[in-house]
Amino acid sequence: MPLNLNNMTVREALAMMQSRQCTSEELVCDLLDVIKERDKEICAYLGVDGEYALAQARAADLSRSKGGEGRLLGVPIAIKDVLNVKDQPCTCASKILQGYVSPYDATAVARLRAEGAVFLGRTNMDEFAMGSTTENSAYKVTHNPWNHDHVPGGSSGGSAAAVAAGEAIAALGSDTGGSIRQPAAFCGCVGLKPSYGRVSRWGLTAYASSLDQIGPLTKDVADAALLLQIMAGRDELDSSSVDEPVPDYDAYLKKDLKGFRIGLPREYSTKGMDADVEKAVRNAVEQCRGLGAEIVDISLPHTEYAISTYYIIATAEASANLARFDGVRYGLRADGAEDPIDMYGKSRAQGFGPEVKRRIILGTYVLSSGFYDAYYLSAQKVRTLIRGDFEKAFKTCDALITPVSPTPAYRLGEKTGDPLQMYLGDIFTVTANLAGICGLSIPCGLTKTNLPIGLQILGPAFKEENIIRAGYAFESERGRFPMKG
Amino acid sequence: MSASKPTDIDKIDVTYVAHLARLNLAPDEIETYQKQLDEILGYVRKISELDLRNIEPTSHAKLLQNVLRDDVVKPGLDRETALKNAPLQSGDQFMVPKIVE
Repeated sequence: MPLNLNNMTVREALAMMQSRQCTSEELVCDLLDVIKERDKEICAYLGVDGEYALAQARAADLSRSKGGEGRLLGVPIAIKDVLNVKDQPCTCASKILQGYVSPYDATAVARLRAEGAVFLGRTNMDEFAMGSTTENSAYKVTHNPWNHDHVPGGSSGGSAAAVAAGEAIAALGSDTGGSIRQPAAFCGCVGLKPSYGRVSRWGLTAYASSLDQIGPLTKDVADAALLLQIMAGRDELDSSSVDEPVPDYDAYLKKDLKGFRIGLPREYSTKGMDADVEKAVRNAVEQCRGLGAEIVDISLPHTEYAISTYYIIATAEASANLARFDGVRYGLRADGAEDPIDMYGKSRAQGFGPEVKRRIILGTYVLSSGFYDAYYLSAQKVRTLIRGDFEKAFKTCDALITPVSPTPAYRLGEKTGDPLQMYLGDIFTVTANLAGICGLSIPCGLTKTNLPIGLQILGPAFKEENIIRAGYAFESERGRFPMKG
Repeated sequence: MSASKPTDIDKIDVTYVAHLARLNLAPDEIETYQKQLDEILGYVRKISELDLRNIEPTSHAKLLQNVLRDDVVKPGLDRETALKNAPLQSGDQFMVPKIVE
């Protein structure tokens, strides 16, 4: 009896369960069937533990029958394989963590679990979140649900593909330079990168610690707001999480934008921009104007230095963070090493894939004696300028609108041989991480070749309510975006 | 492995840097990375166009003061759990190849 429960949003699923029209167990069974049928081709998941999910679903159903009230009670959620889920594997899509089992829950996971969420499986990603296509996974290639010859984006490509293909109700991802927003755009779902410090990073395998944030990938803005509401807030296990009050985001799910000021950065109209993307974003801006928003032109003059700055800072931090993978305490250890130094070198050579090695070498180089000032220190100074650009812009507007990516989803293999060209595609997303501000990716149309286009809405740090408000109003005007499920 | 420290700012010595990063690379990997990283570094050097005198560096997006907590002992992972993912262990310790003769 196919119920097609899999295409529901989080809030629809909750309403169905509350009114006893379905159980969590039925919902999980439906999703497991869909995954079995579709994931052979999409390959969104690295692992689905059906028994584990069903046991949690039955516990949620039992809790509900006794009056339990978790805000996510019985809702199945997919988790990017970079987050620790207790007693489940966590590989970061790397051979070096093959067989690793998480000894604890990440704080973001624990907060969802405390509200009754059911953990369905681990989604594919670029190894250690390094990449923009999910092709850097050591295990499998994920396909874009809209066109299987195209990438789902990355690094949270598995999460985006799972949500878009109806293989998950919602998912978590992580975003260091666009890794939630860009795959959401490529797959036609919603992705939210919170401000730096909004969500605890405890239990998130670190890539670049001053840039990483955890966030939701969902079918609509209201679901993203709900998951953020639950995950946000200070956590004593992450000293970089910030003790700023978390507003009630539901209060910002309003259908107009009267008095709301939207900035259009003139530098975000680059050469090589896809014509369909440009047109869809322009139409979206007009729709926002129609909803009452005031549109203002602004300037972010240091945008052209953002990719350089990002790839220096991110790889520098990565080279330090990934030093922990040495074959001693966890993960792969190479055979036949003569001494510990040889063991580190061999284990890391065998365990890391090409992109991870490339970034470790680049990061080690920019931090090394003699080159530190020219690269790393200079990049940190440019970061100050980029932050300043945004601070100035947000004095005259409440949010900015840009494309998420200059192009729709690449063809599989299109950019794998040319890492620099791949990096340049991140131009519109890396700035938010460098500045620590929040960003939302929301589908705003399809190309002529039927690939989704993403609209990016950027907001000031700790003003997620601004991007939720603008995103929700735009989404209400746009109407329900088709799913590829 | 012996590798001498290079001094040419315009060219990355992949062999030396891989040694610093404890990555035993194969010769063909060194060749590939040499080419790709020269190109990437050529691009990122774009930031040298900017006048960065008198600009303070940003190390973190959210500038926090020192974050302190009460100095009290709290439970962490127990020893058995902490050792569970170890490639090789003996008793209650991680095992590694011999370090000193």
